[in-house]
Amino acid sequence: MSLSATASSMDKSVCTLGASPARSYAIPVLAGVLLSVIVVSIAIGPSSVSFNALFQGIMNAFGAGEPMSMRDHVVLFDIRLPRTIMGCMIGASLAVSGAMMQGLFRNPLADPGIVGVSSGAAFAAVSVIVLGSMLPASIAALTGSFLLPLSAFGGGLISTLLLYKVSTRGGETSVATMLLAGIALSAITGAFTGLIVFQSDDNQLRDFTFWSMGSLGAATWGRIASIAPFVLALLISIPFLSRGLNALLLGEAEAFHLGFDRQKLKRWIILVVAAATGAAVSAAGAIGFVGIVVPHILRLVLGPDHRLLLPASAMLGASLLVGADVACRIIVAPAELPIGILMAMIGAPVFLSILLSKRSLFTF
Amino acid sequence: MINYVKSALRLSLSSLFLSVFAMPHLAAAEDTAPQRITSVGSSITEIIYALGEEDRLVAVDTTSLYPPEAQKLPNVGYMRALSAEGLLSVEPDLVLMVEGSGPENTLDVLKASSVPIIPIPEEHSLDGVKAKIEKVAAALSVEDKGKKLIAAFDKDAEALAKITAAMPAKPSVMFVLSVGSDRLMVSGLNTGANAAIELAGGRNAMDTYDGYKQVTVEAVVEAQPDIILLSKRLQTDKPEEKLAAIPGIELTPAGQNEAFVTMDAVYLLGFGPRAASAIKDLSVKLSELAS
Repeated sequence: MSLSATASSMDKSVCTLGASPARSYAIPVLAGVLLSVIVVSIAIGPSSVSFNALFQGIMNAFGAGEPMSMRDHVVLFDIRLPRTIMGCMIGASLAVSGAMMQGLFRNPLADPGIVGVSSGAAFAAVSVIVLGSMLPASIAALTGSFLLPLSAFGGGLISTLLLYKVSTRGGETSVATMLLAGIALSAITGAFTGLIVFQSDDNQLRDFTFWSMGSLGAATWGRIASIAPFVLALLISIPFLSRGLNALLLGEAEAFHLGFDRQKLKRWIILVVAAATGAAVSAAGAIGFVGIVVPHILRLVLGPDHRLLLPASAMLGASLLVGADVACRIIVAPAELPIGILMAMIGAPVFLSILLSKRSLFTF
Repeated sequence: MINYVKSALRLSLSSLFLSVFAMPHLAAAEDTAPQRITSVGSSITEIIYALGEEDRLVAVDTTSLYPPEAQKLPNVGYMRALSAEGLLSVEPDLVLMVEGSGPENTLDVLKASSVPIIPIPEEHSLDGVKAKIEKVAAALSVEDKGKKLIAAFDKDAEALAKITAAMPAKPSVMFVLSVGSDRLMVSGLNTGANAAIELAGGRNAMDTYDGYKQVTVEAVVEAQPDIILLSKRLQTDKPEEKLAAIPGIELTPAGQNEAFVTMDAVYLLGFGPRAASAIKDLSVKLSELAS
């Protein structure tokens, strides 16, 4: 009952999509925000790099300018630049994954973190961290730095498929079942993660604790390269999936009548979301709520049209994560606050506010 | 025009830089010994203070709790979750860190920025502590002060040896890190606590696993410790009262005789310059309770 009500209200808003000013300015404004956040992230940190050094650094990157001090060079090119780029990739992945999941489930609360996809990816990642040394050397050499993102991808994919199978019956996805199944899935993977953590030694335990709070501190060029294919797959899929996602908003039957191959569409969405979420989790640990907060805010301003929502989510997600990372670096400098803590502080209240405003969805 | 602005900017910035930083940097250039040291690891920080070289310390990590003054220094975070830029921002000319500090990519970045890093092996033995003191003193170019510190350490170690030699039998001791409502975090083998118990003349009652694990009261009863050793973080903590209130503890010899020993966690498990004195204190208490 309530579901059809939302469907029709979404239906209405899809139909009334016009060229409002917010919609036409959205992309340039968000691009501007992202660009300035990137500049801030490169310019600001606990080490003071003077504007002169910054300028020289930019000149150096283009093969000109004067040589700069070793320390400034390392801070700019080995710490801040990879960190900023990885923050953009992960922020965009999480936000777009969230928006796609919400479109797929037709529910604004679906998020890779909350429905258990991240915990599936986390389980796979922790298994690799703790048990990775037991792998035969030949396999380890073959997969190399791709092992962690690949297995996190696998874990994310399996849990997404499982969740979808459980909560979908006769082509209709039940919201309540999905959330509850997500909780169950998180509990199961959490138990297995706990089992592995129980077996780990003190150092692995502490590493895991920090890993579970999320951090962009591990950004290196190598890691960027290892997650890039998965993130790119998600971003490239945006123009191919956004029309289908719009059709899905109307309902699966309606999407079929509009000429979309529903099953193929859903499979692609699950595949790219699992890939990107897995890669993000493997590189930065568990960072929640980006996938809920960003699409939610954008839907309020721009409406539900995925052709705009998905690229806008990518930009705002990147801006939010990179911005939050700047704060994490400065608040307790020279130490660093795990970014997952900050994101939960921002995200949980937004999550609650969605819950309150859409309370009718959860009466069952 | 751009060139002019650029050079003016550079000039003003460099003169600013000179006026603020020139003095200490010039002094550092004259003396090759490092003057801006970052210490990662509680025992290293303690050693630097014990050597009286704390003026050269610019930052510590979150495990450096003693002496309390150390906590007022800039803190670079937890030893296994160090931030590369945070470490660089305190402009160290030497980073002393216990082995196992990281993560790896932070160390790589530090190496790339040519900040000297000296890893200090962490070993839970009296000889290990002396080697640590020697290494730190050498890194700071204060070998003489290091020798004095080791001599003082040896005195405590000799006193400890006398006490343990006089102990009739090895009491079985269980180290409880924290007391929950019905579970205890108990040290197995291969921990600092295990080493402290053995050095103090006891033997670990919980010898079935490595590291720390949460165990039930039943497992504690099964292990039958003669003495239960507890640790506290604050002067006001009273873990022995919490422990005595747990049903089942009275079924152990330690519970029947109220043979509980509480010691400051940082003092007992720091394995820094106070290690010999701390283990001697423990040994005194063990022999009192064992006789």
